[in-house]
Amino acid sequence: MPATDTMAEMEDPLVREHRLRQQAAHEARRDVTVRIIRQTVTFVVFMGLLAALYAGYKEVGQAIDDRQHDWPVVGSVLPRTDDLTMPPIGKIIGQFGETPGGQDQIYVLILLDEALFTLREAFAGFMVGLVIGMAIALALAQWRRLEQGLLPFVIASQTIPLIAIAPIIVIWGRKNFDVFPWEWQDWMSVSIIATYLTFFPVAVNGLRGLQSPRPENQELMESYAANWSQTLWRLRLPASLPYLFAALKIAATASIVGAIVGEISSGVVGGLGRRILREAFNYTTGPDRLFASVLGAAALGIFVYLVVTGLERLVVGRQNKGATA
Amino acid sequence: MNVIDIRGATKVFNPGKGNQVEALAEIDLAVEPGEFVTLIGPSGCGKSTLLRLIAALIAPTTGSVEVNAKPAEQARLDRDYGMAFQTAGLFDWRTVSKNIELPLELMGWTKGDRRRRAKEMLELVKLGEFATHHPSELSGGMQQRVAIARALSFSPALLLMDEPFGALDEMTREHMQDELLRIWKETETTVVFVTHSIPEAVYLSTRVLVMSPRPGNIASIVDVDLGERRASTRDDPAFHTKVTEVRVALRKVEE
Repeated sequence: MPATDTMAEMEDPLVREHRLRQQAAHEARRDVTVRIIRQTVTFVVFMGLLAALYAGYKEVGQAIDDRQHDWPVVGSVLPRTDDLTMPPIGKIIGQFGETPGGQDQIYVLILLDEALFTLREAFAGFMVGLVIGMAIALALAQWRRLEQGLLPFVIASQTIPLIAIAPIIVIWGRKNFDVFPWEWQDWMSVSIIATYLTFFPVAVNGLRGLQSPRPENQELMESYAANWSQTLWRLRLPASLPYLFAALKIAATASIVGAIVGEISSGVVGGLGRRILREAFNYTTGPDRLFASVLGAAALGIFVYLVVTGLERLVVGRQNKGATA
Repeated sequence: MNVIDIRGATKVFNPGKGNQVEALAEIDLAVEPGEFVTLIGPSGCGKSTLLRLIAALIAPTTGSVEVNAKPAEQARLDRDYGMAFQTAGLFDWRTVSKNIELPLELMGWTKGDRRRRAKEMLELVKLGEFATHHPSELSGGMQQRVAIARALSFSPALLLMDEPFGALDEMTREHMQDELLRIWKETETTVVFVTHSIPEAVYLSTRVLVMSPRPGNIASIVDVDLGERRASTRDDPAFHTKVTEVRVALRKVEE
């Protein structure tokens, strides 16, 4: 049959195009390893540069300070460089291995302990924020009119200063939250503050993600007589995942910030926030400890960011390997 | 029994409001089993609207639309038709095979049955070895073939296609037309096909409906009887006569 012959001949451009795409996809996959290495190297180099800048400025400032006592540029216009203001990097790093007085653990282990405490607060708050944020996104996606009514309040909620509401939440936690079947603990109040920072990006991006399927995709589901929950689970939620993960990266680090700020302004003991507050009080006797504890907080933030990025690669990256890998 | 029976169907969008649009005037149309009917017309002539009336994605303002001798809405709920769109509209997060299984999942088929059917469908559209690939790894033509496989996976009696090849290049497009005709013949499905392309309409159809705009109406009907399509059909003088006939009809409605 002549038609079949032609068909076989015309198969070629499709197959050729496919082969080229496959090659590109393969290269993209190989690039992932290269990219991770490159990012790690970039990060290390960047941190090194920052440290060098810090040490270099301290060195230069010290030198100017030693000569120019009549015209102290450093210390008036520019930050002071003495060891109390800018502890040497070596001492800050060395602090991690020291055992502070009255303790039986080296500093880095103490920080790790407290980081886990803060992480627990942040994680609990993050999860609750995720649920609330998605619930709001679903409600807004479902009832369009709600979007105009509710969204301004959601946005306004983020303009209230965190430090102002933290003590209120802790007081409420102690006095009013006995409605819960479990005993309310102060760290849970800190979690609420993390929730407060988390739900917002989730709600906003979740809404965008839920609304992201093309009209044809929606019509396709309708043509299959799919009901609301089938459309949600098979189309809208999976389609929202890339948007959601963009929000989760912000939310994860924000939940850590929220937990630390929450600890500081509410006086909850046991976490990194409290640690930073204490080291700030004892600044004159141990400035390197303050710097080390702040580095610890930064490391925790980076850690949760990496965890979410890893999850994203696992969940979303698999969807369209080849395209985005 | 007709697969499609449309009697006096009209469609007015936003009735009674300032932005009221009369999309379709009274349409009467009957499509018999095994027909390949193409809707062609200038932009805004309501051909996509007519297709969506048949699919019961929108309801007629007046008149009735019946599919398989029952109201179109019931036919939709019974999943009597499959649909393909201008964009393949595959779900990126599903493999090719899982995309074809989507409607079967919604119908509660067992996993084994779904797998088996997806495999058969992939062979039908000649993509057997791509079951575990993701859509983004396929070319536009291949994606469109998966979309057709998905639309036909549950063996609907009716296939509705809204400019499915509109985004493809000419070479791929002609190839896909041959593929579609082969599938149409093998599955004995009834097809309603919307297109902008006159040669495509003539090459594919047993009947071409030329639509006029504002409000959309079926202006003329061109029956096409060119026998079995083959490579030489596109050079056949009879083919060109039909192309000219459709073109003249289109020119008339655009005046």
